[in-house]
Amino acid sequence: MPALVVPGGQDSRTGTRTTGPPPRPDGPSRKAALERSVRRNLTAHGFLVGAVLCFGFFSWYPMVREVILAFQRTHRGRTTWAGWHNLQQIVHDPAFWQAWRNTVEYTGLALLLGFVVPFLVAVLLNEFRHGRSYLRVLVYLPVMLPPVASVLLFKYFYDPGYGLFDHILRTLHLPTSQWLQSTGTALLSVVIASTWMNMGSATLIYLAALQGIPGELYEAAELDGAGLLRRIWHVTVPQTRLILSLMLLMQIIATMQVFTEPFLLTGGAGPQGSTTTVVYLMYQYAFNFDNYGAAAALGLVLLVVLALFSAVYVRLSRDGRDQD
Amino acid sequence: MTRPRTTRRRSRALVAAVVVAGLGLTGVACSGGSGGSSGAGAAPADASSPLDPKAKVTITIDCMPPATKKPELKEWNEDVAAFHKLYPNVTVEGKSTTGQCEDPATFAAQLKGGTEPDVFYSYFTDLPQVLDAGQAADITPYVTQRTVPTLGDIAPDVLDVEKDSGRLYGLPASDYTMGILINRKLFKEAGLDPDRPPATWGQVRADAKAIAALGHGIAGYGDYSAGNNGGWHFTAEMDGLGASVVNAAGTKATFDDAQGQQILDTLHAMRWDDDSMGQTQLLKWGDLQKQMVAGKLGMFVAAPDDITYMVETLGGHYEDYGMGPMPGGKGTLLGGDAYLFKKSDTPDQIKAGIAWLDFKFLKEGQGQFDYARTKADGLPVGLPQPEFYTGATKATDDRLKAASATMPVANFAAFTAHPLPGHAEPPNAQEIYKVLDNAMSGVLTDRSANVDKLLSTAASQVDEVLANSQ
Repeated sequence: MPALVVPGGQDSRTGTRTTGPPPRPDGPSRKAALERSVRRNLTAHGFLVGAVLCFGFFSWYPMVREVILAFQRTHRGRTTWAGWHNLQQIVHDPAFWQAWRNTVEYTGLALLLGFVVPFLVAVLLNEFRHGRSYLRVLVYLPVMLPPVASVLLFKYFYDPGYGLFDHILRTLHLPTSQWLQSTGTALLSVVIASTWMNMGSATLIYLAALQGIPGELYEAAELDGAGLLRRIWHVTVPQTRLILSLMLLMQIIATMQVFTEPFLLTGGAGPQGSTTTVVYLMYQYAFNFDNYGAAAALGLVLLVVLALFSAVYVRLSRDGRDQD
Repeated sequence: MTRPRTTRRRSRALVAAVVVAGLGLTGVACSGGSGGSSGAGAAPADASSPLDPKAKVTITIDCMPPATKKPELKEWNEDVAAFHKLYPNVTVEGKSTTGQCEDPATFAAQLKGGTEPDVFYSYFTDLPQVLDAGQAADITPYVTQRTVPTLGDIAPDVLDVEKDSGRLYGLPASDYTMGILINRKLFKEAGLDPDRPPATWGQVRADAKAIAALGHGIAGYGDYSAGNNGGWHFTAEMDGLGASVVNAAGTKATFDDAQGQQILDTLHAMRWDDDSMGQTQLLKWGDLQKQMVAGKLGMFVAAPDDITYMVETLGGHYEDYGMGPMPGGKGTLLGGDAYLFKKSDTPDQIKAGIAWLDFKFLKEGQGQFDYARTKADGLPVGLPQPEFYTGATKATDDRLKAASATMPVANFAAFTAHPLPGHAEPPNAQEIYKVLDNAMSGVLTDRSANVDKLLSTAASQVDEVLANSQ
């Protein structure tokens, strides 16, 4: 029996959407259709109202206020428009460039460790035939710990006096490190702690994506004589490209907003400001210096930078769909 | 109208990008308020007269002890009841706060939103911030010898902290000056005299070395270098040497000098040459107190109420601690807490608030100075804080305090016998401290730190901070 195909509707057999616009109803019947549609979806709209209000009050309104604040200045209780003053002020703050340098460096290191390591762990887990569930729980365990507890745990590990890491190094007669207390290693130490804390979620997502790859592809690759690395490169990576690019974007957005880890591990700034990040600087402006205008201006700069990354992602994923 | 496909795509991309990227912005923006001026009425002609007993007034006030602090809460409730007998027309509504009475982040957000209580707790350094937010009421005409009988005996430098352009905005509840806090047990074990705390940086270094020689991971001296606390201590240490971190006009950094060099050189030498400061650095408030209570630290720069924290919260013992004046002995940093009045307060609320503050915090033998009651409730008496009285009121206060002391006050003799001139914190204090944190963390975490460069870099950055704030 031929499949029933309606323009702009769904192919009843394959479930895929067909091309071409649906027929447009004219005047009164269009209104009636709209009314029917509203009645039919009334409950759904009712549920939506709460979500829209929540987003409106707690996400969208603060974002609009933030943009307004970035161009305002309050002095002696009088709030006035400040033009570019706040932006000029933050750009002239020596900590601004240091915070950006640190944030970019942190993001780079976090991608190197936090993106690659979970993927490799997922590939490894996927190869195991036995004990996979047990190992999955083990990998996810750090995510279940409260973040503050995990960070404080690492603070103890890193202590150069009584910390675990230096104790192990001393036992092995290897040179010890100052970890968080050296400008050279502070940021990397923060990245290591952060990767350990967060890699569980990423690993599970990658694992789910890997398990969705048809086994026939690997079998075909094996028949063609492909080894493990070539199978990963030619089958695994292309098949998980979309999830990889999504995770990459999410990781960039998350790591560029890093705050908790350096705040708890090094007090925020670290040795000679080496772990000062953009969001920590925003926190300082707002809550230590009471300069909301500068904090909002810095937030706006961060918004623009993150928006660029997001735009690149949207473009890449669209190109990917077009190619598919 | 149907938009071209490419435009739709671009718009979708833009919207998606902005929405996704904007998620990180809500934190700062959530705290934003209008910050607009709240219009307080002008002071009435009879501002200096006491509160009209017929006027029904309700005032909210923060820093009421939480339920977990039973003795303190009991005293608060007793005082509210006694005050109500004197002023039946006034209702005092306490707002309880857990932990410190002021959390700077919450305080800043309250000011921005104008949600602070009618009479609100603040640190001495907060006045410029409160004035900037337009939230402080001018109480100058309300505060007189009639409304605050001990006014003439409050130390002028303490009262000055709550003034701006000659106008008074708050009344002090407590004050402190900084000194060097010592672990008397470790001093004795190291063969040092705990009744003679070090008075110069040379003596600090020598004593720290002797204490660190005890071994077992004991540090002789500790200092902060994170959370803007390092800059705060550096400022106090400069005060001790008779120097200042900024000039009198508050327009230029002045710490890139011999005194600044001496402090950083000494800290660097203690950390790396003598190994008398321990290996754990990037410490902030709370860390050194824990080390000292654990018996792992010989001394650090502190205020007297650090001892209260160490005993009441961390389980230390008063007899184990003592204090001396700031090394250098030429000055010290003055801090404390005060109550300010919300701009939107009515004249009656201001009068009622002043009456309450006078009753609770500013009368010898009463409220916070009822030492006999404090002792009976098992709370400490004898710390050299608050110390904002002068003249006859101070003499009375000292006598009452000594009569009810619950700790060996002789341990603080070196500190109280040499009162040093107190200096208020610099303008834009937190921003300056942030910069100075880098200098402190530099010498304490980098063996090859270049002190000259750290100081000159910090000085140029502070100059920039001060120029930006003009």
